[in-house]
Amino acid sequence: MAPSRIASPADLEALRKELADGEKKVRSRVLICMTGCRALGAVAISKAFKEAIESAGLSTEVQAVDVGCHGLCAGAPLVLIEPQDYVYGRVKPEDVDDIVETTLRQGKPVPRLAVGGEGAPMEMATIPFYANQRKEVLRNCGRIDPRRFEDALARGAYTALAKALSMKPGEVGDLVKASGLRGRGGAGFTTGLKWEFARKAPGTEKYLICNADEGDPGAFMDRALLEGDPHRVIEGMIIAAWAIGASKGFMYVRAEYPIAVVHVNTAIARLRELGLLGENILGSGFSFDLEVRMGAGAFVCGEETALIASLEGKRGMPRPRPPFPAQRGFDDKPTNINNVETFANVPSIIEHGADWFRAMGTEGSKGTKIFALAGKVNLTGLVEVPMGITLRQIVYDVGGGIPNDRPFKAVQMGGPSGGCVPAEHLDLPLDYDSLNQVGAIMGSGGMIVMDDTTCMVDIARYFLEFTQDESCGKCVPCRVGTRQMLEILRRITRGEGMEGDIEALERLARGIKRGSLCGLGQTAPNPVLSTLRYFRDEYAEHILEGRCRAGVCKALLTYRITEACTGCGACKRACPEGAISGEKKEQHVIDTNLCIHCGACKSVCKHDAIEVA
Amino acid sequence: MNHAQNVGMDLEPAREIVRALGTPGRGDIIPLLQKIQDAYGYVPKPVVEVVSAETGIPASWFFGVATFYAQFRLVPGGRHTIRLCRGTACHVKGATMVQSALETHLAVKDGGTTEDLRFTFETVACLGTCFLAPVMMVDDDYYGDLTPAKAPKVLKSYE
Repeated sequence: MAPSRIASPADLEALRKELADGEKKVRSRVLICMTGCRALGAVAISKAFKEAIESAGLSTEVQAVDVGCHGLCAGAPLVLIEPQDYVYGRVKPEDVDDIVETTLRQGKPVPRLAVGGEGAPMEMATIPFYANQRKEVLRNCGRIDPRRFEDALARGAYTALAKALSMKPGEVGDLVKASGLRGRGGAGFTTGLKWEFARKAPGTEKYLICNADEGDPGAFMDRALLEGDPHRVIEGMIIAAWAIGASKGFMYVRAEYPIAVVHVNTAIARLRELGLLGENILGSGFSFDLEVRMGAGAFVCGEETALIASLEGKRGMPRPRPPFPAQRGFDDKPTNINNVETFANVPSIIEHGADWFRAMGTEGSKGTKIFALAGKVNLTGLVEVPMGITLRQIVYDVGGGIPNDRPFKAVQMGGPSGGCVPAEHLDLPLDYDSLNQVGAIMGSGGMIVMDDTTCMVDIARYFLEFTQDESCGKCVPCRVGTRQMLEILRRITRGEGMEGDIEALERLARGIKRGSLCGLGQTAPNPVLSTLRYFRDEYAEHILEGRCRAGVCKALLTYRITEACTGCGACKRACPEGAISGEKKEQHVIDTNLCIHCGACKSVCKHDAIEVA
Repeated sequence: MNHAQNVGMDLEPAREIVRALGTPGRGDIIPLLQKIQDAYGYVPKPVVEVVSAETGIPASWFFGVATFYAQFRLVPGGRHTIRLCRGTACHVKGATMVQSALETHLAVKDGGTTEDLRFTFETVACLGTCFLAPVMMVDDDYYGDLTPAKAPKVLKSYE
């Protein structure tokens, strides 16, 4: 059906129309998420649907499509049915025949498969999780087969590219600048301004890089975008390349995202065939090509100069700035690097204009942001909301609150570079600046919700373990400083805290922030400073009282079997150290000298007889 | 490293990898190492030496990179690789308990390989599947909502 080469914007539109006409023929579609849901059996469900539709004789009217992330990961495996927009959750292969008969053939819903449970809303627009979102960047994610260029094209892909190529590079940059788009990778720098630096840098050999390293634990929006709508990201890159004058691009994808790599490479291969990558794109005279390069497991390579070093075949060690990559980047040539979500915002801005984008968000932070909700929250998943939504709205209205109605303690934002936002700031409108003011950062948008069973000292220690491990080692403040902070935190969580530890942590933090060469070191102390700011008394309890109120720091806990014990022996069998003794039907006992506090006994006890204090 | 393991190693796949890239330069070091690890299961010293000789890129540059990035193994691994996530969401949902249980069950620590060469166990910073926390991968399969009791059971089906 598709021509071998799209030589002009007119060709593009002709193909788009041809596809749009073809699409109307299908009456209904079953959209099966293959991103996160793959981990819970989506592949088997997809196969089951295709077979069931075939044997029901519905192949000419109904189509089963493997799509990207639907966002409500807590209900995985998810299936979306068009045209009704019914969202079915926890779908099993055994449910497929029921769905095919009831919904696909008869057009009626299957209430027991509602994501909220039987009786809960079924149409997407009526489900609170979705009703509170505004999907712009994610609008195709979950609606198209990401491996098919035709699907993206039918939904408007590359319209913006054609428009951008009819404008001057400077005009494109000015439009993005006027929109107020800020980098979505974490630093929040004005994207259009960054492009302008690269465009104005002297030289004709320039590079464009997409930072798809997404190293923040807890962030998975870039993964969803690359797996679910790669064309949107690539289109943003081609537009950016035009705006800065780059002829070669790299997408640096972390090694832990193999499916994303496959989908992007599929897209690139197709675009090259069609002439949308390569020489003379759409007849404009502009040439640009793109290559995927994989990371090799180093968090520091999310830092732009370390990323560039990695692309150059070196150890991922940052370099001092200035000169910034816009002046001297890859191979010492002017280079512009942006995050995946930043690029994914570009096509809509070009298509709808700066005012459209500015109508969403707050004064200093325009547009929408994708947040990854995880941790102690009922509806974990990906949500896209306008900037300025409050923390309370995200956690409770969108996220459905905290499991077992436990009290909210804090939300960690910004990963290892970020901070914790406590309950007193639940009504904080989320944007770059407000988060900075309360000691956190927007970061990539990963939000880990915490309740009263989370120990904030342990969280600080956890992040330092991470940054210490990932520190490249080049500069002393980071390499040695984070090690010192970590040692103090390890001692505190082992019950060996000393007076003066908190002051030492604060002194070290100041030095590390001021002296480190790159963002990893400069922000490594943030989780500690943030938890000290809001949860200082927990630190004091650990150090002065030897107590962990959340029940997390193992060395400060004792495991004890209570009178609720029925003597079933499950804990005795689960204990890796043989520390539990007891006869059948008699209360068992834990030998605290042998207990290693692993928690296996508690996790198998069905009588809630294991007490931890 | 036991050199006896490397005697009789087939170096032809390594030469093929170099040939496929044409004239690899320094910027290709990471892709070269990734292809070597895909082909051999790890990065053997004789292979690096051959690739270095064929490309003119110093072996020390290869080793400098291979020892920096977590992905590369310089010793053979197990038949199956277990990657347990120690990301924030998984941590908050109890990944450390799962780690203890697996380490006890396999009798290895993070990064180690079981004596029978069945499993290599490593922890990774984030698998991007946070809603399933705690989560681990065994080869290309994901297992989520893990507990210290459940995790070792999952491994039974891997030879």
